[in-house]
Parts: sequence; structure tokens; C-alpha cells
Amino acid sequence: MTDRALSVVRAGALTTVQDRGRPGHAHLGVPRSGALDRPAAELANRLVGNRPEAAVLETTLNGCAVRPRSTVTVAVTGAPCRITVDGRAAAWGAPVRVPAGALLTVGTAVSGLRSYVAVSGGIAVEPVLGSRSTDLLSGLGPVPLTDGAVLPLGTPTPLRTRVDTAPQPAPPAELVLRVTLGPRADWFTPEAVRVFTSRAFQVSSASNRIGLRTEGPTLERAFEGELPSEGMVLGAVQVPPDGRPVVFLADHPTTGGYPVIGVVRETDLPPAAQAVPGTPVRFVEVRRR
Amino acid sequence: MRALPVGNGALLVEVSSDEEAQALHAELVRRRTEGSLSVREIVPAARTVLLDGLADPVRLAAQLTASEVPPAPPRPREVVELPVRYDGPDLADVAAHWGVSPEEVARVHAGTEFTVAFCGFAPGFGYLTGLPAHYDVPRRATPRTAVPPGSVALAGPYTGVYPRSSPGGWQLIGTTDAVLWDHARVPAALLSPGTRVRFVGAP
Repeated sequence: MTDRALSVVRAGALTTVQDRGRPGHAHLGVPRSGALDRPAAELANRLVGNRPEAAVLETTLNGCAVRPRSTVTVAVTGAPCRITVDGRAAAWGAPVRVPAGALLTVGTAVSGLRSYVAVSGGIAVEPVLGSRSTDLLSGLGPVPLTDGAVLPLGTPTPLRTRVDTAPQPAPPAELVLRVTLGPRADWFTPEAVRVFTSRAFQVSSASNRIGLRTEGPTLERAFEGELPSEGMVLGAVQVPPDGRPVVFLADHPTTGGYPVIGVVRETDLPPAAQAVPGTPVRFVEVRRR
Repeated sequence: MRALPVGNGALLVEVSSDEEAQALHAELVRRRTEGSLSVREIVPAARTVLLDGLADPVRLAAQLTASEVPPAPPRPREVVELPVRYDGPDLADVAAHWGVSPEEVARVHAGTEFTVAFCGFAPGFGYLTGLPAHYDVPRRATPRTAVPPGSVALAGPYTGVYPRSSPGGWQLIGTTDAVLWDHARVPAALLSPGTRVRFVGAP
């Protein structure tokens, strides 16, 4: 292996490689996958001069530690956290030079859940169906990082213009998700639809890259019966038999058999990726554009 | 035909049968290929076709609901043949459901021409239709925690082949060595919606 590589010293709770995912294959049962907080991932890439679609690392809650074999520029965005290079504090949300062999640590999220680590040249694992993303539902793409793993890096593109800093939204204290009702809102009682769009839910600790699960009110069906499997979109709010809404995120299944009461606007999903368990959630009905 | 809006950029088009869903899917793929339909995903399922990534779903919904379900398209000439050993652990249970011998299950299954109605559950997993309705079988009361890859299985009106080991509640009637999914191959999926399939009994 060349020295364009990154050694994983501490993989963290769950760190995966993510880019824009692999849309266009849903008819084969292939989830879209990709970075959950896409604006954060793209900003990290811009900060190090990468193309926005370059693959980055997505950490979960407690960061990770890596050692590049050659000198690289990195940037950490998304969930704010403490960053060190060989023990010295470094800036979050800004380009940071990491000398060859130095240890970059990405600390536990101070707020939010997922930090994004872009490295100049991008993470260059072998793409699968055009994407380097780890898909935790179907197992496509690279496996999640493990201690001791080595990830290849791409060649930096020195001509790209770089930004040095950029504002980032704070992780949400309350998650407000705008939804359009349907396609299966008629499978629920009018009272359940009212509860859905007016009551407070909380983010469940069972949430993952497949879906943001909720705790709180349960939604009652208007009738029993089984829905034949149908195609699912990003942001679909599916209600399984326990009545607790689940918001589908990037690794969601391409088809499903539980009714979808509403669909969250795509622009409201990046904050959902940063909402820690216990965060209050409200679904606000908006009219279709 | 009913077109339900899904969020701001998708439509779920609902029809009344597997056959209509397959015909509609073929027609929508044809329109995309000829360039008259711009859409990111066309996802067929049991009674629906989902169109995701549409610029103007409202206009397309109006167009679609004003039209009839298209006639079934000409079937593709190619038939994918899957060699199968009818040695599944649920073969006897399926035979009991059908009221025939295990040998007869194998004979009927291998004598049927299937079509991939849709995919889902896992990359490369196709829901194959073709068996007459009186051969429908229920799922197992208790799903298995690990179904071996290559398992040929029945549930409801469908036949499927597990591309990789996964939990599953379908009735296992046989095994194939065919590689259903290989992401290094082009195309990665051996079966995609509309593919004709025949199971060929092997000793």
C-alpha cells in the first residue's frame, strides 16, 4: 500500500465511510445510503479542497482516532467535538494540517451525534455501484471502521478553491420536522393523525442510520389489515404495529409493508441525524408545494 | 389507477393486481428510456409503482390517472435458468399445504415460468410470480434466524431466492448455486423486475 492511507487507531462506537450514496438502484432492493448530515459532510470536503461528493468518515457519538501515513489536511464538521493532533488542540469546523504519522483524535460529541471527518484526497475505498458508502441495512460498501484497519486515500486536487471557515447549524434542542400527510394517512384514525401532527415525541435510543425511531404517543390504525409491500422514500414516516412512528433515513429499506402516515421534507433530515436520544420531536403538517 | 402524492417529489401509483403493476412498471421504464419521463427511481411492488425524484408529480399524477393501465408488454425473450435441488427443509410442509407429494411440488415448481414482479428485502432478492393462486402458502409461524444463501423459498404468492444469509420466514423448498447478487458483476443483480425465470431441477 502507498503512503496515501489512514490507519485507524480507535474506530469509535460506529464510524463508517460515507459519500452521497447510491441512488438509482432502489428497484433492485439497494438502499440509497450516504451521509446522514449531508450538508456537514459537503462542508468538511469544501474545507479541505475536496469535491463535495468525496467520501468522508461519519462518526457516532464518541468520535474516532486516525493516523495518516502522509501529511494531509483534515476538517471535522457536524457534531461539535474536541479535536487534537498529537495531543494538541486543533480547530473544529476548519482546515487542520496533520503531519505524516501524527495522531488525529476526534473527541466525543459535545452536542449532536455525528461528526464528519474529511481528509484531503478523500477516502478512496473501492466503490460499490458508484458509491463508497457503508450501507448498514444491506451490507453493501466497506465494513464499519475497526481498530487497526487501513483506509486508502485519494490524490488531493490542489486547484480547488478552499474555504477556511463556515457557519454550521447547532444540533437541535428540539427537532421540528415538516411533514406532508400520506400516502397512507387514511389507514389511521383522524385522532391519530391529529396526535401525529400536534403532540411531542422523543428521539428513541433505538434510532440508527436506517430510521429515527420515536418514543411517546402511539398512533392508532383506522382498521386492521395488511398493506402489500410498496416502495419507500427517504423521510417516509412508517408506523409499525407498535404505533410508534419511524422516520426513514439514508439506509432505509426500499420497500415496506407498514403504512406511511406522512413524509418529512428532505431539508429537515440533516438535523434529524444530529438529534440525540431524548430530543423532543414535533411533526408539523405543511401543504404540498 | 390511482396516483397518491408522496412528499414533494414522488408519486405512488396504485393498481389492482400484480399483473397491472408489472405492466405499468414496464411502460414507465419504456417512457424513461425514450426520454419522455424524468425520474430518479422507478420502484415496482405488489400493487404499486413508486416514482421518486420527480420535478412535477402533480402534473404526472393528472396524466396517469386520466389514462388506462397499459397492456402487458411483450415478454423479454431471454429466460434466466436457475439450477435447483429440491431439498429444502420445508418441502414436506409445502407438499402438505398443496395436498401433493414432495416430488409433485418439485415437478410443478420446475414446470412453472416465473416473472420477477419486484425486488426488495435485500439487494438481488426478487419476488417471483407465476404459481397459480391455489399454491399460495403462509410464512412459517417462527422465522429462521439465518436462512442459508441460495435457498429457494415460497411465501404467499411468491417464490424468492435468498442472495445471502439472512433471517427469514419463507418456506424453504430447495437450494441453488446461482449467484443472485455480485456487486463486482455487471449487472450486479441476476434478477431485476420483469426478468423471466425458470427453475431447472438438478439431482
